[in-house]
Amino acid sequence: MISTQFDYVRAQTLDEALTLLAQNEDAKILAGGHSLIPAMKLRLANPPLLIDIGRIKDLAYIREEGDQIRIGAMTSHYQIEASELLKQICPLLPECAGHIGDVQVRNKGTIGGSVAHSDPGGDWPATVIALNAELVVAGKNGERTIKADDFFVELMTTALEPGEILREIRINKSGERNGQAYVKMHHPASGFAVVGVAANLTLDANGACENASIGITGVSSKAYRASAVEAALNGSALDEHATANAAAHAADGVEINGDLFASEDYRRHLAVVYAKRAINLAASRAR
Amino acid sequence: MTKYVGQRIKRTEDPRLIKGLAHYVDDVRLPDTLHVAFVRSIYAHARIAGIDVTEALKAPGVVAVYTGKDIATKVGPVPCAAALPDLKVPDYRVLATDKALFVGHPIAAVVATDKYLARDAVDLISVDYEELPVVVDVEAAASGGPVIHEKFGNNIAYTLTSGEGDIDAAMNAADHIVKQRMVHQRLAPIAMEGRGVLARYFPGEEELTLWSSTQIPHLMRTQVALMIGLAENKLRVITPEVGGGFGSKLNVYAEEALLSWISIQLGKPVKWIESRRENMQATIHGRAQVGTVEVGCKNDGTITGLRYNVFADLGAYHQLLTPAIPTLTGLMLSGAYRIPAIQMNVTGVFTNKMSTDAYRGAGRPEATYVVERAMDIVAAELKMDPVEVRRKNFPAKSDFPFHVATGLDYDSGDYEAALDKALELSGYAKLREEQTKARAEGRIVGIGMSSYVEICALGPSQAMPAGGWESATVRIEPTGKVTVMTGASPHGQGQETSFAQIAADELGVDLNDVTVIHGDTAIVQYGIGTFGSRATAVGGTAVLIAIQKLKEKAAKIAAHILQRDASSLSFADGRYSLPKGDAPVPDAGTSDPAVPVGEAPAGALPEPQTEGRSTLTIQEIALIAHIAKELPPDTEPGLSATYFFEPKNFTFPFGTHICMVEIDKETGETKFLRYVAVDDCGKVINPLLVDGQIHGGIVQAIGQALYEEVVYDEQGQLVTGELMDYAIPRASQLPWFELDRTETPSPVNPLGVKGVGEAGTIGATPAVVNAIVDALSPYGVKHLDMPARPEAVWKLING
Repeated sequence: MISTQFDYVRAQTLDEALTLLAQNEDAKILAGGHSLIPAMKLRLANPPLLIDIGRIKDLAYIREEGDQIRIGAMTSHYQIEASELLKQICPLLPECAGHIGDVQVRNKGTIGGSVAHSDPGGDWPATVIALNAELVVAGKNGERTIKADDFFVELMTTALEPGEILREIRINKSGERNGQAYVKMHHPASGFAVVGVAANLTLDANGACENASIGITGVSSKAYRASAVEAALNGSALDEHATANAAAHAADGVEINGDLFASEDYRRHLAVVYAKRAINLAASRAR
Repeated sequence: MTKYVGQRIKRTEDPRLIKGLAHYVDDVRLPDTLHVAFVRSIYAHARIAGIDVTEALKAPGVVAVYTGKDIATKVGPVPCAAALPDLKVPDYRVLATDKALFVGHPIAAVVATDKYLARDAVDLISVDYEELPVVVDVEAAASGGPVIHEKFGNNIAYTLTSGEGDIDAAMNAADHIVKQRMVHQRLAPIAMEGRGVLARYFPGEEELTLWSSTQIPHLMRTQVALMIGLAENKLRVITPEVGGGFGSKLNVYAEEALLSWISIQLGKPVKWIESRRENMQATIHGRAQVGTVEVGCKNDGTITGLRYNVFADLGAYHQLLTPAIPTLTGLMLSGAYRIPAIQMNVTGVFTNKMSTDAYRGAGRPEATYVVERAMDIVAAELKMDPVEVRRKNFPAKSDFPFHVATGLDYDSGDYEAALDKALELSGYAKLREEQTKARAEGRIVGIGMSSYVEICALGPSQAMPAGGWESATVRIEPTGKVTVMTGASPHGQGQETSFAQIAADELGVDLNDVTVIHGDTAIVQYGIGTFGSRATAVGGTAVLIAIQKLKEKAAKIAAHILQRDASSLSFADGRYSLPKGDAPVPDAGTSDPAVPVGEAPAGALPEPQTEGRSTLTIQEIALIAHIAKELPPDTEPGLSATYFFEPKNFTFPFGTHICMVEIDKETGETKFLRYVAVDDCGKVINPLLVDGQIHGGIVQAIGQALYEEVVYDEQGQLVTGELMDYAIPRASQLPWFELDRTETPSPVNPLGVKGVGEAGTIGATPAVVNAIVDALSPYGVKHLDMPARPEAVWKLING
């Protein structure tokens, strides 16, 4: 990598990182480096200071706390992918992690880094939306909690204020008759999501959809909640007809990306197809 | 007598590569090295009105900045070795002078004390560009549009017609004529290691050492010496470990000559290591043909003639072999078939893009794709099974040597045997049943095949621009160790292993006693290099014959010591022995050396024991030859031999690949259900290496069929400038390869080998596309162009 010149500090604590960030407005947080470093390589990002929070052990954990699952922002994709606990209580997380990059990327990249980067083809944003996650961010003046729905603002832009660092992801445990799924078309070159759909369904005692939560990435400039799909699913029998009808709304109201690999029309179509597949898979797991 | 040849011996190169102990150009670290970074054109076509280097010269660490005007008269043009009638050859300076003709065209070189400072200073150079109209599309460039090289008046570099037979009569005799336009998209070779150059001038000795990641150290030495005006024997080219080439390093690039010249100017080592972005922009691309094939056939499937009219997208300049690559396409248009009349009309066209040149297969994949797609189109037209159309037109085994209407004589072949083996291995009839069943279930499943033949072992010197032979020197050292020096330049193929296998068997020594040296022009005799699947067939043969020469001398020495006529001695397991029952002279008894060669005490050569011997090892003879006290009269001391092997013909490997794919109806994604390859590359030295070559070749072929394309937009901007955009296949996207072989020896060389480096890339692409077209045939699809991106396939499914 032949980037511009930069300074590098390996923060030992979150407080140290927050202090450094407060003192250096243009500094960037290094949280695995799988998006930032490639951007620096191309000199698209030229931060004068990198604050590496990837070695702060206190920020890498997966634990249950009451009705919640709490995941430290510096937990690697691989740690999530391999977590037996998560496979039991929130299988969407390990399933999503397994779709990210390759083994090397999953070993180094972190959930917090990916969520805070808000890449339009990133996998985690769709998943944290579908799980109705709360994102705990730390700043010099304390912490606040942002709902995943409010976190992703625009292309590579989040609700993080200057000086804030994403610290933890909190997810409410699901109850009975819950099914989750993440399906994705991988871009053949980058491995990012051309379309990625995370579905989190809870059925009622009769097998109808009680609550649907659907996050979609890759389709637009940021991951989004597919509210129209959810509305169509809620109360439905999740039969083939209902699912297809609901999935047809997967790209409603969003501006769709088009590129060499997938035009807008094709991506809209893929969003519908993958939404249907995610819903069907999640429903089958819920039953 | 073979002990090693034919065995699956693991590559002796691998431990150092796996452990990270190998030395690539960037691993060569010399004190006081200066680093070079390039200003490259951001426009595809622009006049360079001015270059301001003032700020860059003031930047920290910057030692010098060179622009095209500074060096236009100092360094000669980038060479083109291709000779074609009336070929227009633009003046390709190592830095652009008045115009930039493609994105990535080097405009200025910054030299600084480290690579970061050099790169920083690049941003301080301002180039005053006056944008000019750009021509990207090859057909648009051929038919008018902006002229890239004004002095030529248009963008046509050459036109050429090739082939034999009366093509018009052949078409008139046909019951059917099928016609199809085909696009062979532009590809990037993507060697894992990009290019890299380190040049070090020794002012006292007036000598230059050039380390370069290349496939052709000797040819480069000649060319760079001419470009910079240095005596050839004052230039030493070293090719350290090379992380793949695929043809992209079968070239002489501007950077190699420029760094050499800069090192002479500054008297210090200068280094440049190519970034991936530079690799995408300014290392040659491959393929890039747009053509239309017409095939005439009888009702029974007999092919009467084939015509291919094609535009070859050459890019802005000629690199070493740019214009010659499409002529290889013309040579292979008969494929594996008897076609009485063949004609290719090629138009080589300049465009505002990087040059095309040899990429794994180099013109032959295009020919094979044309022919193998055409065979399927004929089969569809006649409602015949693609297998039967192929079988109908194969020459028989007894027809070889077989003359084809492109002018070539195929050396040997048994195309039906390979086809039959592939049909059997794949269970072809059963696959068709499965396909019928799958279709009834609404699935989209297709079966594709390709019966390819390729041209390898390039080649006889008469057919090559700068020599088609290869050289070897084999020397047995006083300690019995065998040194093989090959003029070939392996860069991943594993010939340090396979050539050692050849040598160890021929000499009857242990494989570990053999070391293969290559890629240093100061050590190794002149050679041609590694490309065109030639190294083993031509270079391996040179090794074999050099050893045979060496053994003639060894036998004379053995005869002298054993006091018998050389013809009465036998040679086996590395020993010359008396005939059975013949007693040693002067008296029998001690028949083995007291101290085996190689096990002498430290610091001492073993004494050659020559009294009373009934056998002598060739390694002992090497010791005797170096001590030189007991040689026959008029015998030169030492034990080495050099041979330059000139092949009489090319070789023609062949095979049949069959694959089965399933297409996702909703998304257009293609996945493999089966992939079967039966290849015939003649005799096999090391099956493990052959399998590896086939694997890698198929992978790159699948890359072309499904994923890869170098895309320039209408402004000539490179859209696929990184591996984030340019999709090369990953292991997870690939099928299991079921491989088998037939073995038809080549009569062209005594090893009987044909070459295998490009077979997979040549054979597999049409098999994959044929399978996709077969899958989509219920939707009325007769052809689709590569890469078969899901969106394109989805559109075909949905009308």
